[in-house]
Amino acid sequence: MKTCKDVEILCTKAQYNEATLLEKIQLKLHMLICKTCKSFVKKNTKLTSLCSEAKIKTLPLEEKERMKKTLRSKS
Amino acid sequence: MDSYSDYLFNYAVTRVNDSEIAKDLVQETFFAGLKSAKNFKGEAAERTWLISILKRKVIDHYRKINSKKAKSIIRITKNDKGDTDSNFLEEQVADPTSLLENSKMENEELGIAIQECIAKLPKKHAMAFTLKTINGLSTEEVCKELEINPSNLWVIIHRARTVLMECLNNNWFKI
Repeated sequence: MKTCKDVEILCTKAQYNEATLLEKIQLKLHMLICKTCKSFVKKNTKLTSLCSEAKIKTLPLEEKERMKKTLRSKS
Repeated sequence: MDSYSDYLFNYAVTRVNDSEIAKDLVQETFFAGLKSAKNFKGEAAERTWLISILKRKVIDHYRKINSKKAKSIIRITKNDKGDTDSNFLEEQVADPTSLLENSKMENEELGIAIQECIAKLPKKHAMAFTLKTINGLSTEEVCKELEINPSNLWVIIHRARTVLMECLNNNWFKI
């Protein structure tokens, strides 16, 4: 039997669609018997949808490196 | 610089609506920040200080375009469908029930709220979370970038997410 801590990490994994079938089954089974984890999964899913909704833009890593270089050369 | 660039970039993008210009503005901001670093008294947080520089840069940018705009010809765009049927004016009225504009604005605010929460995370956690969630890199790539093993990465991301949930819960709304 998995502990709640393990299940929460499984849930995070499942948010990125990277949990295996067995892990998904373990997660679902645990959700049936554990209310705390059920609400955790709900919150976690909400966070995922919020993050994709917000469409946060980031600078690519190469761009950051380039910026750092120009800053160093100027200062 | 790592910890602020994404935040500043997002802030700039929501205001100038162009990632190329935003990139330049962020670069200029860092440059100006470094140049006047000795004037920085440490009264405000570094981030607030950089944001206030960035605000100036955005204003300067708009001034520049405005002076260009004055020289250009005013063009009136005609609606293609406009003159076909009788009720052309009614068709162009904004739909009062539409929530589209509103939700876009909300999304921008949400983005900034999330960025603020990410800024509160420990540096490594923040890096892992943004690489995985926002840039959508695969697990192997993130592991290579941060030099950790996958199970370690999941624990880090899990902790980051727990903190983020808590933070958004307080700052944004009830999840």
